[in-house]
Amino acid sequence: MHILDLEGVPAGYSGRPVLNDIHLRIEPGEQIAIVGESGVGKTTLLRLIRERCVASTAIIPQDLGLVQALSVFHNVYMGQLHNRSTIHNLRTLFWPARRDVDAVRDVLTPLRLADETFSAVRRLSGGQQQRTAVARALFNDATVLIGDEPVSAVDDHQAREVLSLARGQKETIILALHDRELALSFADRIIGLKDGRIAMDTPTAGLQPGDLDGLYQS
Amino acid sequence: MSAAARLYRRSPLARTLFSFFTIALVFLAFADIEVTTVDPWDEFARLLTGIVTPDFFATENLIAAIVNTLAFAFLGVAFGVGLGFLLALGFHSRLVRTFCVVVRAVHELFWALIFLQMFGLSPLTGILAIGIPYAGIVAKVFAEILEEADGRAVDAAPTGSGRLSTLLFVRLPDVWSHFRTYALYRLECGLRSSAVLGFVGLPTLGFHLETAFRQGQYSEVSALLILFYVIIASQRLWARRQLVPIYLIGAALVLPWSADISGANIIRFLTVDIVPFPLRDGGGIQGLADWLWVLTSNQAVPGSIATIQLTMIALVATGLLSACLFPFISPQMFGRPTRALAHLALVVTRSTPEYILAFVFLQLWGPSMLPAIVALALHNGGIIGHLIGRHTETLTLRADAPTGLNRYAYELLPRVYRSLLALLFYRWEVIMRETAILGILGIATLGFYVDSAFAELRFDRALFLIALTALLNIAIDVTSRRVRAYLRLRTTLEGR
Repeated sequence: MHILDLEGVPAGYSGRPVLNDIHLRIEPGEQIAIVGESGVGKTTLLRLIRERCVASTAIIPQDLGLVQALSVFHNVYMGQLHNRSTIHNLRTLFWPARRDVDAVRDVLTPLRLADETFSAVRRLSGGQQQRTAVARALFNDATVLIGDEPVSAVDDHQAREVLSLARGQKETIILALHDRELALSFADRIIGLKDGRIAMDTPTAGLQPGDLDGLYQS
Repeated sequence: MSAAARLYRRSPLARTLFSFFTIALVFLAFADIEVTTVDPWDEFARLLTGIVTPDFFATENLIAAIVNTLAFAFLGVAFGVGLGFLLALGFHSRLVRTFCVVVRAVHELFWALIFLQMFGLSPLTGILAIGIPYAGIVAKVFAEILEEADGRAVDAAPTGSGRLSTLLFVRLPDVWSHFRTYALYRLECGLRSSAVLGFVGLPTLGFHLETAFRQGQYSEVSALLILFYVIIASQRLWARRQLVPIYLIGAALVLPWSADISGANIIRFLTVDIVPFPLRDGGGIQGLADWLWVLTSNQAVPGSIATIQLTMIALVATGLLSACLFPFISPQMFGRPTRALAHLALVVTRSTPEYILAFVFLQLWGPSMLPAIVALALHNGGIIGHLIGRHTETLTLRADAPTGLNRYAYELLPRVYRSLLALLFYRWEVIMRETAILGILGIATLGFYVDSAFAELRFDRALFLIALTALLNIAIDVTSRRVRAYLRLRTTLEGR
């Protein structure tokens, strides 16, 4: 039972196609990395996947989409807004319940953000902000995680840590990654974009970073 | 939870807002907000009927009212902008700066009441009443624009170029477009001021509005207001640079200059009438002290308290209303039809001067603070709501952002509340100035006592009380600037 099934679909912005003839089927439980040169259409493909995905999705946009004036807690709590009553949400804005604070802390602790629970996001470093966005997606109970360069601002070691954490919590993960080694070590399926179409779609088993070179040569 | 609680208790912003809310609530508890008219809804129904059945032929005065309103606005604003420009050039002088602070702290209507005693119903009264306070405001804004302008060009000019040449060739060309934009905005304010001047007897819109209201001619009221909105809304179409000389000459020609001005009258007003009575009468120091004591305890103190009370309630009400209004014009929250309707409502509330709104509500509900609070909140909330709503158009939210009230509370409000508060505190002084003036309508703020003093021809008292309103205004201006600095509130929105 697949969660996405695209048969020759174009994708783009305001009528201008960036990608053409996309054939893509995704099964639950897959860990997918999307690679390719910048500007090739990775973000466009992620958007299409999110729109057509039949399962619930949590996203980590490239610009993170954090509310700078709110605390880390509130930004992460937003991952569950749709599951709580509006009254409870309004109350949480001013007077968070211990239960919610504890639940959010559980997500923040492995991401090494527990100390910053009530710091305003605008005071955090770029890497901390990115991990906050990851925490928000993990706190969301959606089964599919879609991330656009979700670990670009953290160091290599932390990036692997964050991704393995995500693997433990989400059934299906689809990420755009520019780091080829990271993509190969994280994913079990790799989708390469080139010249406005899917140029490569294979399992990662046995692949070397050099095998992706073709995607980056003109 | 304790961490969260501590967070809010420590936040200067939360504490400040809490104080403002508390002050406003305490004042509200002591405020008279009773509806005293017998049939407020009946009257409202008749007003609504009138609004939807405008009668543009009810009176031949309609055209004259509009033309006069425009003429006073043109000449008054031209005078204010011209004088303000000259003052801006001398803004480095403390004397000039003080002069500007004082003249802009006194409301146009108070200036009109003063000039009425000197020039009678001559057009000069209206032109100066608009022009003098506007000069003070324009000077400050122009001076700020000049200061923020790029200094490198000035440095690059040859040494010894002379101040006038440097000004004309280097400094002005860069800022000219800003000056023009601001002058245009001032013209819109001038139209509102000019309309309101009718309430003290000048032949502008307010005069006919008041008459029509008193006679219950609501269809005429509607026609007058609709014409006024059309003029303000179409300002961009008719306010063209090439036409300015024609407008100014035309305005000077239409106004009835026949009313004669008596020099002796002016001199008597300035040298005798406004001097405290005991000094004229030989009452001596003791007489002056008694005069001051009576005036202070009977009028100045109660008037000031009521003014501050109304200001604080209106300020908080404005903030709350702005926060409720802006989502209705935000594309992040509502679709086109709702937004179009909300835009229309906001255009009406922000184009209608507080004074006229208060006047309308006063007719409906009778004299109390309620009409004033609603009028001030609607007008100022309309302005801030519009600016913030427009600002949200530039925000991009993530694709899976929440919807409805959650979206408002978690995504929108946290992103805009600092700008909203900056604008709100910026308008604090405006609200105070307007509050004083609403006294003329019968609410016991300082304006009430000023108006009574003028009616009793006690110009010495009137001037004393007007000076007091100016002081209060300056105090609020300073406080507002401190609060904004303390909370580090800045706005890049056009909040001038």
